[in-house]
Amino acid sequence: MDTAASYNDKVVRQFSIMVVIWGIVGMLVGVLIAAQLIWPQLNFDLPFLTYSRLRPLHTNAVIFAFGGSALFATSYYVVQRTCHVRLAFDKLAAFTFWGWQTVILLAAITLPLGITQSKEYAELEWPIDLLITVVWVAYAIVFFGTIVKRRIKHIYVANWFYGAFIITIAVLHIFNNLAIPVSLTKSYSLYTGVVDGMMQWWYGHNAVGFFLTAGFLGMMYYFVPKQAGRPVYSYRLSVVHFWSLIAVYMWAGPHHLHYTSLPDWAQTLGMVFSIILLAPSWGGMINGIMTLSGAWHKLRSDPILKFMIVALSFYGMSTFEGPMMSIKTVNALSHYTNWTIGHVHSGALGWVAMMTIGSIYSLLPRLYNRESMYSTKLIDVHFWTSTIGVVLYAVSMWIAGVTEGLMWRDVNADGTLTYSFVESLKAVEPYHYFRLLGGLIFFSGMLVMAYNVYKTVSDKKPVPIAVLDPA
Amino acid sequence: MDINDVRGILTAIIFFAFIGIWVWAWSSRRKKDFAASAALPLEEDNYINSNERENI
Repeated sequence: MDTAASYNDKVVRQFSIMVVIWGIVGMLVGVLIAAQLIWPQLNFDLPFLTYSRLRPLHTNAVIFAFGGSALFATSYYVVQRTCHVRLAFDKLAAFTFWGWQTVILLAAITLPLGITQSKEYAELEWPIDLLITVVWVAYAIVFFGTIVKRRIKHIYVANWFYGAFIITIAVLHIFNNLAIPVSLTKSYSLYTGVVDGMMQWWYGHNAVGFFLTAGFLGMMYYFVPKQAGRPVYSYRLSVVHFWSLIAVYMWAGPHHLHYTSLPDWAQTLGMVFSIILLAPSWGGMINGIMTLSGAWHKLRSDPILKFMIVALSFYGMSTFEGPMMSIKTVNALSHYTNWTIGHVHSGALGWVAMMTIGSIYSLLPRLYNRESMYSTKLIDVHFWTSTIGVVLYAVSMWIAGVTEGLMWRDVNADGTLTYSFVESLKAVEPYHYFRLLGGLIFFSGMLVMAYNVYKTVSDKKPVPIAVLDPA
Repeated sequence: MDINDVRGILTAIIFFAFIGIWVWAWSSRRKKDFAASAALPLEEDNYINSNERENI
């Protein structure tokens, strides 16, 4: 069969399988460092196993390896299906796969060695940053090249979200990583002092906004309607959702720098825009959840849909919690405590991971010419381990965070601190156990997924799928 | 005209652009296009006949 008449699903399959593998690796490192916070001797006095080096490995693995592979896989799938055309530039698409895996491998080597720029979520040193830039430009050429040769007049809303994610990440990555190299493994940022801080959190918060939100909203706008078997609740709301979300997110970064040397007006600006963000976030969340109206009964029999609805619920919760935490007075309590860790994981595990897992379960059988996954029962098991795991994790971190916040700010009548730092550490120790337990349960679900995926794909030979004619 | 006038004008432009997006999205002329777009994720793939499936 003529290749132009079939979809390029090979690269989608490759990225989809890596989602599962990197999910397991990234979460395993997370479980290990959660255990190190209880039993510090688990670093075995080896420099490359210390918390300080493994923590960036964990964040890079779950965000860029697990989440990144999921975004590549689904964006390549969605853009072909909604444009009725084969992915542009087969070889370049293959390059994005191998290039991205090389970046991940280099991260897995350099971070444990302690090679780092010391910028959170942008730790990788300049040679790897250059490779990321090349891969990302290739990604943009493949994605937008496909949009250009589309055979459907309108560009489906999911592609708008994916497109915004690709463009914005390119801009953020390039500007935040501008540095002067002094050797192959060491560079100095072009920015200094508070400007460096502002650049870093302009990058950091928009990595959340565009990598972990806009990209996954693209996934949501395709896979939720697909799985529910109904069109999105309101297409016109999705248009307003898109433009308002991308216009507002860009300004929210300064809320990471409350009560620092960043000028007050910039802190307040960040706070105000963070609060405004509630509106587009909830608009999108409601649009996703309402897509199920009239199909709620499907939740009884379809655990994939359960994954997606719980993901949207967590999206709603964390996009309420985020604006609240950005209010300066709330931030005075929450900042630097475990509350932040709880917030991040309700977003990362609850929203990002559960939307990814649901979408991959929906996608894989289609890629391997099957009606469904090997076992629906095991998807249900995975759903419950994920839900229980993330709830345990988030609740224990909320309690720990508020406890710490209250203890740190408590002062005696003479102005001295009521508690020493170690006392607050002792107070939150029990919650570290619950966090580890929650993480372990969530992680165990990923192993169930790996088994289910293996059984789904191992005896199936994928076949090319014909490109649909224009409507 | 100083920089603050430019800022004010820019804010007004963006505000009206936002209202414009609402008006555009809610206009009845968009309805047909939007319905066609919203139906895109519901299309099923055209598998080649099942004999071919096993052989490839």
